[in-house]
Amino acid sequence: MTALTLKNVWKEYGDQVVLENLSFDVAPRSFVALVGPSGCGKSTLLRLLLGQERATRGTILLDGTALPQEPGPDRGVVYQKYSVFPHLTVLGNVMLGPELQSERIWGQLFGAARRILKDAAQHMIAEVGLAGSEDKYPAQLSGGMQQRLALAQALMMKPRVLLLDEPFGALDPGIRSDIHRLMKRLWNELPMTVVMVTHDLSEAFTLGTRVVALGRTRTLPEEAVRYGASITKDIDIWPPRRAGGDTIFQTEYALGWDDLTPHAPPTGRPDPSTEI
Amino acid sequence: MRLINQQLSAPLATALKFAPFALLIFAYLLGSAARLAENPNDKLLPAMSSIAAAVDLMAFTPDRRTGDYLLWTDTWSSLKRLSAGLGISTVLALIIGIGVGILPFLRALLVPFVNFVSMVPPLALLPVLFISMGLGEASKIALIVIGVAPIMIRDLAQTVLALPREQIVKAETLSASSWLIALRIVLPQVMPRLLSSLRLQLGPAFLFLIAAEAISADSGLGYRIFLVRRYLSMDVIFPYVAWITFLAASADFAIDRLRRRLFPWSELEGSR
Repeated sequence: MTALTLKNVWKEYGDQVVLENLSFDVAPRSFVALVGPSGCGKSTLLRLLLGQERATRGTILLDGTALPQEPGPDRGVVYQKYSVFPHLTVLGNVMLGPELQSERIWGQLFGAARRILKDAAQHMIAEVGLAGSEDKYPAQLSGGMQQRLALAQALMMKPRVLLLDEPFGALDPGIRSDIHRLMKRLWNELPMTVVMVTHDLSEAFTLGTRVVALGRTRTLPEEAVRYGASITKDIDIWPPRRAGGDTIFQTEYALGWDDLTPHAPPTGRPDPSTEI
Repeated sequence: MRLINQQLSAPLATALKFAPFALLIFAYLLGSAARLAENPNDKLLPAMSSIAAAVDLMAFTPDRRTGDYLLWTDTWSSLKRLSAGLGISTVLALIIGIGVGILPFLRALLVPFVNFVSMVPPLALLPVLFISMGLGEASKIALIVIGVAPIMIRDLAQTVLALPREQIVKAETLSASSWLIALRIVLPQVMPRLLSSLRLQLGPAFLFLIAAEAISADSGLGYRIFLVRRYLSMDVIFPYVAWITFLAASADFAIDRLRRRLFPWSELEGSR
C-alpha cells in the first residue's frame, strides 16, 4: 500500500524536458522533502502531484487509483505566497473550504451549521496558534502567521496528501523554527502524507522522513534541453521517524538550530556561545 | 533639503488645497469686471449678480410655460440616463469580465471581439443609434453603454487574470466549483476594482450623455446648455457646468467611500 506512486513520469514543455523518467513510491504518512537546485523541476513535480499540470508520459497514482485530472480536496496545498485569500478574515479563510464543500450554490453556511463549523474552525485556528486573530485580514498578519493560517485552511479539508511548495522559505529563522515545530506536530497528529519542496537542506532533514534530491545529471549546454532532471539521491532519515510515534531518539531539534553562526567560516578561535 | 521631502504644515496644506479654486474665481471676477467696464451688455463673462439671478431663475422659480423648476427636472432626467447607462455597463462588465477572466471558452470567444468593439468611436455611432432606436431615452442610454462598457469589461477581465494562479488552485483544493470560485473568490476580489473603474468612467459617461442630449432631448443638463447657447446665456451655462462638475465629483467621492466601507481589506497594505 502506497500513498503516492510515480511510474516513469516525464514532463516536457515543447522541446524542453524538465522531468525525466521519475519513478518512486511514497509510503502513507511519510514526510517527503524534495530538494534540489533551483530550476530543477521540484515545483513542476509538485504541480503534477497537485493535478494542476499533467505529466507528458507516465502515471501518477494516489492510493492506487489514477490521480484526478485537476486539483481537488484530497490534496491540500500551501504555497510560499498567495496561499490565503486577502478578502477574507482569518476565520473566513479557515471556514471557506468546508463551506464551499457543503453549500454548492452560495458557498456560505448560515445558522446552526455555521455555528458548528465556526467552532471547528476556531479549534483549528487555536491549534496553529492564531487564537485571538480571528477577525484580522491576512494583510494584517506577519508572514509566519499567514503561513500558519494557510496550513489551518488546508487542514480543514482533511487532505490525504498535503503538498508544500517552499512554505517557510520567506520566514526569518526564529519564526521558521516555531513553525517547523508546529508542522511536525500536525504531521504527527493528522492522518496525512506530506510532500514538501524546499531549497533548505537543514529544513528537509529536520522535518522529513525521507529526502529526495532532484537534479540534472547531464549538464553540458547542448544536453540541457533534451535531458531533464531525475532523482539523484533518495535518503531515508535515520533514525527513522514515524508519524504518531517518537523515534528512538528525541528528534525535537535544539533551540537555535537555524542559527547560522556555527556554519560561518572559522575565525581561528572557538566561540563558546555557538554550542548547539 | 530636497523638494521631494518637504513637510507641509496643516494650515499651509489647507491653504494650498483651496488656492487654485480661489485663483480661478478671482481671475473670473477680474476678467468679468474688465469686460463689463468696457461694455455693460457683454454676455461672455457675466457678473456674479447676473449669474445669481440666472441660478434663481433656473433653480428656484417655476418655469412660466411648464411650471417646472428647470434645473431640477434637467438634473433628474440626466441622472436617470446616466445611472441607467452606467448600471447596465457595470452589470455587463461584471458578468462578461469575470466570465472572460476565468473561463477559457469565453476568453477565446469574446476577448478579440470586445477588444475590437472597444475601439469603435461611440460618437460616430450616435446617428445610427438615433435612427435605429429613435430619439427617446433608449438611444442615449445605449450610447453611454457602448462608450463605457467595453472599457470596463477589459479592465475587469485584466483584474481577474491578474489574480495569482495559486489562489485559484488553492480554491480548487478547497473543493470549489467554477461557479463557487467566481462567486466567492473572484467576485469579491474584483469588486473594489470595479468601483474604481466606475469612477474613472464617470467622465466619459457624462461626455456621451451631454453629446446625446445636445443633439436631441426635451430636458437634461446637456440639452439646456446647448439650448441657451443660442442666446449666448453664459450666466446659465456657467452654473450648469459647475453643477455637472459638482455632481460628477460627488459621485466620484461617494463611490470611493462606498469601496472603503464595503471592502475594508482593499485598503490594507500588501493585499494586492
